Amino acid sequence: MKRKALVLAGVGAAALAVPSVMTFAAEDFGKYQVGDTRSGYTFAKVETRAIQDDDFENPGMLWVEHGEEVWETVDGKAGKSCKSCHADASDTMKNVGSTYPVFAKDIGKLENVENRINRCRTDNMKAKPWKYDSRDMLGVVSYVKRQSFGQPMNVKIDGGAASWFKKGEEFYNQRRGQLDMACKHCHVDNAGNMIRANTLSQGQGNGFPTYRLKWQKPGSLHRRFRGCNKQVRAKPYKTGTDEYLALELYVMWRGQGLPVETPAVRN
Amino acid sequence: MASKPRVRVPKKAKAGEIITIKSLISHKMETGQRKDKKSGEKIPRKIINKFVCTFNGKVVFSADWHPAVSANPYMSFSYKVMESGEFEFTWTDDDGKTVSKKAKIMVS
Repeated sequence: MKRKALVLAGVGAAALAVPSVMTFAAEDFGKYQVGDTRSGYTFAKVETRAIQDDDFENPGMLWVEHGEEVWETVDGKAGKSCKSCHADASDTMKNVGSTYPVFAKDIGKLENVENRINRCRTDNMKAKPWKYDSRDMLGVVSYVKRQSFGQPMNVKIDGGAASWFKKGEEFYNQRRGQLDMACKHCHVDNAGNMIRANTLSQGQGNGFPTYRLKWQKPGSLHRRFRGCNKQVRAKPYKTGTDEYLALELYVMWRGQGLPVETPAVRN
Repeated sequence: MASKPRVRVPKKAKAGEIITIKSLISHKMETGQRKDKKSGEKIPRKIINKFVCTFNGKVVFSADWHPAVSANPYMSFSYKVMESGEFEFTWTDDDGKTVSKKAKIMVS
């Protein structure tokens, strides 16, 4: 027993000493790293990155294409499509992905792309709001955010958004659930370490809606929040609620400067 | 369920060149193993069980797919082209419905 333990310890030390430190320092992630801020892309496996890098192979692009169709489809009693008002998305939506969520003065609330789309649908199109993670919603959100592809994240946290930002920060650092863990315990203190079979990332939001291989479809950032909350055995909030909106703003701010990657691919 | 497929075939190639063909289709690929969380009943299997590629009417690549194939299946393969022509890709669903897409190639 003793000998076995010694051998194991030796292997462990060797494995730790050689690759982990060196590869971390040597690897150049280019635009996916800004200072100490690293996109989830840099934590993903090479194979997963390859799927994201090729627009053809990236299954998230199927949703972007679907979103483009929906963008042009008339819906609701007002007889309008997104295109009727917003015309060419590549022009009118080009800064949305990098700046949302924003504080909307007219409703006095923080608003993300999903909620903004549903407000447009109910108020202007007189159409039924979509469910948060429905195919149409994911499609249009992916399509809209895709127009900002490659732009650096740049969310505003002053003015009306300041109080939301503070709430989001509190949420991020607040212990919760049976496991009594806050977001930061994984994504700040342990980013890059393994959690069972997975590598923890910094929990950046710049690639959402992200195609998750586990989900076999894209999902919203709020869906991801729900998953994280469940994993620490806390009761998750509903998608689109104020708590998650505030958290979304804080998470996006954490990734300030990272390029918009929508639709990113993760395991 | 299957929607518009995507295929990528080079527009031009030289005779005898080995080209890479890529295809992707949106599909749920319901395995038949999952249960409805509320009713407890099995969700019936619904997958694409066959993928065929023909070139000028002749089958050049075909594959039988099984429940372990992921949703939104991606398929890539190589082919040595000798002449100009048209590829036709066909995906066959469990319920017998098919989706197909064509792509032309000029060989010089």
